[in-house]
Amino acid sequence: MTDRSNLRLAILGILIFSLLATLVARLFYLQVVTGEEYRVAAANNTVREVVDPAVRGLILDQAGRPLVSNRTSIVVTIDRQELRSEADDGEKVLSRLAKILGVTPDSISERLMPCGTEGAPKPPICWNGSTYQVVPVATDVDAQTALTIMEKRSEYPGVSAKLEAVREYSAPFGVNAAHILGYLGPVTEEQLAQQEGSDAFDRLRKTDVVGRSGLEKFYDEQLRGKPSVTTLEVDTSGQVTGTLDQLPAVAGNYLVSTIDAKLQSVVEKQLVSAVQRAQAQGYPGDSGAAVVVDVRNGHILAMASYPTYDPSIWVGGVTQKQYKSLIKSDSLSSNATQGLFAPGSTYKVVSTAAAGKEGYSLYSDYSCPKNVKLGTQVFRNYESSAYGRISLARALEVSCNTVFYGIADRMWEQAGGNDGTRDSPDPIAEAAQMFGFGSATGIDLPGESSGRVSSRAFKVQNWEAKRDTWCANAVAGYPETRKTDPKLADYFTALDKENCADGFRWREGDALNAAIGQGDTAVTPLQMAMAYAAIANGGTVYEPSLVKAVMAADGSVVERNTPVVKSTLDVPKSTINFLKKTLPGVTSDGSGKTPFLGFPLDQIPVASKTGSAQVTGDKVSTSWFASYAPANKPRYAVVMMITQGGTGSKTSGPSVRKIYEALFGVNGTKVNPSNSVLVDGTPSKKLPVIRPDGTAVTPKGKESGTVTARGASN
Amino acid sequence: MARFYASTVNDAPMAGQADRRIAYWRDIDWVLLIAAIALTTLGSVLVWSASRADLASENDPQSYLKRHLINVALALALGYIASRLNYRWLRAYTPILYGLSLVLLVMPFIPGVGVTIAGARAWIDVPGGFTLQPSEFMKIAVILMMSVLLSEKVDIESEPSARDVLLALAVAAVPIGIILIQNDTGTVLILGSVAVSIIAVSGVRTRWLVGLIGGSVMGILIAVQLGLLKEYQVARLTSFISPDSDIGATAYNANQARIAIGGGGWSGAGLFEGPQTQGKFVPVNESDFIFTVSGEELGFIGSFLLIALLGIILWRAAVIAWKADDRYGRLVATGVLAWLAFQMFENIGMTLGIMPITGIPLPFVSAGGTSMMAVWIAIGLLQTVRLHEARAAM
Repeated sequence: MTDRSNLRLAILGILIFSLLATLVARLFYLQVVTGEEYRVAAANNTVREVVDPAVRGLILDQAGRPLVSNRTSIVVTIDRQELRSEADDGEKVLSRLAKILGVTPDSISERLMPCGTEGAPKPPICWNGSTYQVVPVATDVDAQTALTIMEKRSEYPGVSAKLEAVREYSAPFGVNAAHILGYLGPVTEEQLAQQEGSDAFDRLRKTDVVGRSGLEKFYDEQLRGKPSVTTLEVDTSGQVTGTLDQLPAVAGNYLVSTIDAKLQSVVEKQLVSAVQRAQAQGYPGDSGAAVVVDVRNGHILAMASYPTYDPSIWVGGVTQKQYKSLIKSDSLSSNATQGLFAPGSTYKVVSTAAAGKEGYSLYSDYSCPKNVKLGTQVFRNYESSAYGRISLARALEVSCNTVFYGIADRMWEQAGGNDGTRDSPDPIAEAAQMFGFGSATGIDLPGESSGRVSSRAFKVQNWEAKRDTWCANAVAGYPETRKTDPKLADYFTALDKENCADGFRWREGDALNAAIGQGDTAVTPLQMAMAYAAIANGGTVYEPSLVKAVMAADGSVVERNTPVVKSTLDVPKSTINFLKKTLPGVTSDGSGKTPFLGFPLDQIPVASKTGSAQVTGDKVSTSWFASYAPANKPRYAVVMMITQGGTGSKTSGPSVRKIYEALFGVNGTKVNPSNSVLVDGTPSKKLPVIRPDGTAVTPKGKESGTVTARGASN
Repeated sequence: MARFYASTVNDAPMAGQADRRIAYWRDIDWVLLIAAIALTTLGSVLVWSASRADLASENDPQSYLKRHLINVALALALGYIASRLNYRWLRAYTPILYGLSLVLLVMPFIPGVGVTIAGARAWIDVPGGFTLQPSEFMKIAVILMMSVLLSEKVDIESEPSARDVLLALAVAAVPIGIILIQNDTGTVLILGSVAVSIIAVSGVRTRWLVGLIGGSVMGILIAVQLGLLKEYQVARLTSFISPDSDIGATAYNANQARIAIGGGGWSGAGLFEGPQTQGKFVPVNESDFIFTVSGEELGFIGSFLLIALLGIILWRAAVIAWKADDRYGRLVATGVLAWLAFQMFENIGMTLGIMPITGIPLPFVSAGGTSMMAVWIAIGLLQTVRLHEARAAM
């Protein structure tokens, strides 16, 4: 054999050996070095989860009446992938479906559009879920229609009808409570993104429905329960080859609310009456709120907002039309917890507390002229009444502004007047913060507003934030406005020049306005209720709560909410006593007298304060009526307000009286606790009993007749 | 000149029929035989595991395995016959074998006879529900024919003439052309490598070799440039470079294959326990992708054993080629060595994502009757060469 042949054969041998070595090295790399990630990939390939959501927990009122329960509903869904595979993109199918559902094809197709794509409507109408998920397009379809769809499969490719659990609002006594209860919607992308990487079996999945507002959102995790998850092994064609794991569902927990359905319905009706009363006086009366709170623990017994909406429109998703009208009517947000309003004279209790703390004599006489002049500005009393020299108590009863102007003016001067800094004392603002204004109450609802307290500090903050704009405008001189109205432009320019130069300064006028709840101060009706509850209970500001307890579906108690103290009124006991002694006089012989004429104040004294807050731009004042009762042994604080509603006494007062009548069982001048809307005349101390079938035992004869068992009705 | 003698045969007694028979069993390469049997057995187990998942719902999930075992038996018989042939007979009948193979090779073009599998029109129907892949026999025919042409000169010191080399090239080129038309890219690559290896070892001048290899590369480049290769063929050949890019089924297969192998780890999921294998995620894993079954279910240890058995076979083939005392024997053994080596590398390499995906089986392991017969005939031929050495050394 030639050397050349041998050499070539040897080279071939070496080549082949190195090929073998390459294979072994690569095999080692794939299997041993990076094997783990392939094992994960293999698992993802072959494992499928079948997730069945748990039955969502009910929301009960304080006596055990269901406010929100579940029922089954026939839901029509569309598989978009399958629809797309039709020759005409499923247009014919949609129009056929629209016809038997009695809607327009557009109203179906807009639901199929994924949120964020071009031409898609805004959430919650657009589809927020996964692309591979079927989209529900109609709820509560009648059985006949569902049968038609299921029988004529060929006419409705991709369309299917199935039974699904949906929320039911049994509305005992016709309660609405939409802003408290909230609603459900598909899980959002953000929520999914938040828990990305989680492989917990009870994590949120794209198909999940979650609470999107109200208690449904705040207690979503409790109410949702844990889904049943079956882990299946599948082959490449999707055929199940085995069951790897099976986790049973854990039903969602029940919320026992502090709300009393019957009282809530009274409060809701009375809020509407107050609005009607405002409108009858020719005022817009465009929005309002009412809160009833147990002063001893911060439990909200009733809370209503106007305008409101029907919570059941969310079941199965709102239509674009419904959503637009919801937005237009401004009824989605809760005025009680999210609305911010000037408190007006109801705020005088804050100024009084500040005066007491600063050592002002609460029992001396103060001058109540009809107005106070500061340079060119005139600060008036309501309807320019003058009372001469009166006591502070009387000043509260008749709501004399000028007395409080005087006190505020002295405080302002003591703090250095115009030369005061942001750290100079600001007793009224400090007192307001003690009462809980300017900070969230901590209620168990999402999206609460904190409000604002007009103060030195706020003024400086505001100036720091807006200075650049003001100064720029002062230099530019509003050229756009100048073209049409040079005078207005001059005025704006001068204003901004002043603001730019010393907009941080806490002026005398600011101090005066702050003392009577005007100016920058803005509060929520709930904050007001908690403040008056604090006066009533002797100085404790509780965190308001809407849920007494969380119970498991089997009736065991998961968690009992104990009252949480948010702050205490750090003022002399004598100041609180002064307020407690004085405020009943407002009802018996002051600005709150008229609405309570004929009310058995001798048996149930009512402490109150009216307010008629001026709002820049509005011609009509905001009507406030803040109160608690019985004044001698306080139990409940009731606050009602109507924007552009007129005076507190005329518009809100009569409704507050009706609420007290309902609470205490007042009929004419007779008081009979057994006539109270509350069972046994008081909020129940016990928790409701839950039967093995998941329904709650409701008070006999007081369950309002519209109670539905969980999932029992079809 | 380097010469090696099989030392065991030096003391062998002289002829006689019985002795000849004893000499056969004594002189064959036992290591080669045992490695091939072990590998075939391992392969059968893997085929069983891969096919039972597909047939789980059928009456007899073992039916595929049974057919495979029939093929194996047939292959062993053919291998034995091949090992009993002698050079004279072989050299005399090689042109006929070659001719017959060519006829078989073009039969897939005949309508009603040809069968297309995975885009390659490379199979013919035979009675009994079997299909035949003539290109497998063509590999043997090309090896034998080239070896005959390049060893015509008795003088082993001389090099093949230009005419012989050109003839040998033509012998390889004709079937390569036909197989190219049949879309069986993998077999083309193997045949090309075999032809180059045989010509190299035949001792031709280096410039011939350089020209041949350069020409082949140029040919491939021109084919791609002129669009002679269809788009999917190019895609198939290049998908391994970036397997994560989405070019459809090919990349999917490559990806599933690697998931299966990677998931196997050190010791594998256990026989019949591989989720990718039993879940039918890897396509044709009883034949072309059989290595994924080994990777997933037997892990690195089992798959290393499989490669080691192949390595032993290649080592024995190389030794037989090295020791061959004549050019014919050396070229036949070299051809078989190159064939098995490149086919194994291409097949395992594609499942590991380092070679393009082509439809060729793993020698001794994959299901597929024709391939099994062909590789066992190759083992038989190696034994023939070995026995020839032994006799010559006597």
